[in-house]
Amino acid sequence: MSTSDLEPERLLGMYRDMLLIRRFEERAAELRMAGLIPGFLHPYIGQEAVAVGVCAALGPGAALTSTHRGHGHMLARGASPARMYAELYARRDGYNRAKGGSLHMIDTELGFLGANGIVGGGIPLATGAGLQLKRSGVRAVAVSFFGDGATNEGAFHESLNLASLWKLPVLYVCENNLYGEFTRQDRHQTVKDVAVRASSYEMPGVIADGNDVLDVHRVADAAVERALEGGGPTLIEAKTYRHRGHYEGDMGAYRPPDEVAEWLARDPILTFGARLVAEHVVDQDALDAVAREVEETLEEAAAFAAASPHPLPEEALEDVYAESYEGAALR
Amino acid sequence: MRTITYAAAIAEAIAEEMERDGQVFLIGEDIGEAGGVFGVTKGLHARFGPDRVLDTPISEEAIAGAAVGAALLGGRPVVEIMFSDFATLAMDMIVNQAAKTHYMTGGRLTAPVTLRLVTGTAGATAAQHSQSLEAWFAHTPGLKCVAPSTPADAKALMKAAIRDPDPVCVFEHKQLYFSKGEVPDEVEPLPLGQARSAREGGDVTIVSWLKTVQESIRAAEQLAEEGVSVEVLDARSLVPFDREGLRSSLEKTGRLLIVHEAPQRGGFGAEVAAIAAEECFDLLQAPVVRVCGTNTPMPYAPELEAFVIPDAARIADGVRRLVGAEVRS
Repeated sequence: MSTSDLEPERLLGMYRDMLLIRRFEERAAELRMAGLIPGFLHPYIGQEAVAVGVCAALGPGAALTSTHRGHGHMLARGASPARMYAELYARRDGYNRAKGGSLHMIDTELGFLGANGIVGGGIPLATGAGLQLKRSGVRAVAVSFFGDGATNEGAFHESLNLASLWKLPVLYVCENNLYGEFTRQDRHQTVKDVAVRASSYEMPGVIADGNDVLDVHRVADAAVERALEGGGPTLIEAKTYRHRGHYEGDMGAYRPPDEVAEWLARDPILTFGARLVAEHVVDQDALDAVAREVEETLEEAAAFAAASPHPLPEEALEDVYAESYEGAALR
Repeated sequence: MRTITYAAAIAEAIAEEMERDGQVFLIGEDIGEAGGVFGVTKGLHARFGPDRVLDTPISEEAIAGAAVGAALLGGRPVVEIMFSDFATLAMDMIVNQAAKTHYMTGGRLTAPVTLRLVTGTAGATAAQHSQSLEAWFAHTPGLKCVAPSTPADAKALMKAAIRDPDPVCVFEHKQLYFSKGEVPDEVEPLPLGQARSAREGGDVTIVSWLKTVQESIRAAEQLAEEGVSVEVLDARSLVPFDREGLRSSLEKTGRLLIVHEAPQRGGFGAEVAAIAAEECFDLLQAPVVRVCGTNTPMPYAPELEAFVIPDAARIADGVRRLVGAEVRS
């Protein structure tokens, strides 16, 4: 896919979404250092092209499951940075009313069924979402994002088998960032290309350049079309890299510096911005204007979070059940 | 009023709920044309078709996960876990996903899935096909747990489970499937959390669920001849548990015996004992006694299995200990 295949506004929108994710994460790391965010953060920095490229291919009604590194997927789907920061701040206006945090954030209106604290945990859920879409005759797809590490979980293999058997409209999107937590890919699996695992389940296994938003978009578009036409699931492997550690605070000493440098040089946002300018889609001023708009949005989002009330301690007892009973949470 | 089996009552409940709500569907191993290894879902595949009675590969995590995922989008799946022992292969989906969905999303999502957990020994089914794991699930906030012992309760509780907006574990005992009982022509869902007095009595209260309710009734009949009057309270629902029902019964008897097939240590009976100690201490005239499964895996040999599981004789001895009578065995 080239820049001439899409409207300049859409291309600039993709650039904006990637930059929003990048800056959301960088600011979140700073806010955590400042003591404003209490829990874990697994930054998506470096992988932005995957979330944005896939979400650009999705129509309304899609259902998504994500991972512990889920902020990017949620933002790419259009979630509110303000409510996301409010959740990270553990405040009432957060997406999960301060009950979930980074690892469990949802936006039901966007079909975003949640980040997930369990590696591979979202894969069967997306499979079930695909089943429900198919059963209901809804013309939409389910998408599951996960990493290379998750493809060693039984949940991955069981789900792909089931989805293939039932021709479910699901996109399985593996973001191969070369590390399962601290462990390099060649030390956790013998395959180099996760995509080959699709052949066990007789579904297409396609590889995308996960640092090229247009290449991801191309592959995702084809998978969505196939799913909507009843062709069943696709396994997409997007080759990418996380710029930071597994979580904020992990210095990533297990990664060789030249490898990190090589991938930093292929930064998905810098390369895409440069390409948009070089191919005369937009000029540098337009990119700068987007950057300013992103900073304003995030500034406001953080202010919204800071102003949001803390939950009352007793709220810990609410929401255990949708239909509760007396003493459910205490006795 | 008709007399039907426990298995037939469950099938009727499921079929009626499927008629009522097009979102209800079944998913599990060999439940379709084959009708399930215990035949519980026989006929449903022919009646409702393969889109509503889904045969799956042997993939417990994907089965449970697919059900939970569908439930997040409005489906009302009923999952059969062929042997509850196999739930160990689906625990992430049950415990980390379904049970916590409502809570960790701040009440914004629910996972209304019904998990049918085929429980207890079927006779010489040994260590990996006989477990009674209800305590594990009852221990997990976010799950509700029911354990019926009669066909009428099985039908009413299954209907309640399917309609419940939360994930509900329904424990079905294998040896009850072919037991018969009266079931009304029209059965309404039974609200969760209501125990049932299976037999009235004034000296000792036995609290039990699933198959040991029957054994407890047999023990009570035996003890009646000795002049000991035993009340048998069928808990039916573990989460929520009927605390008021327990208290009312102890107001009459002042003595509590707890009976279940699951191993005693950390079993749900320990929770019942704790409730009695915390909330009914004023009523207790004697220490609480438990007659439960031994703290062993389930053995294969019939004589070993019989030694492990409480029967009427052991239950009767438990009652005798409580009333200070001479213990027989």
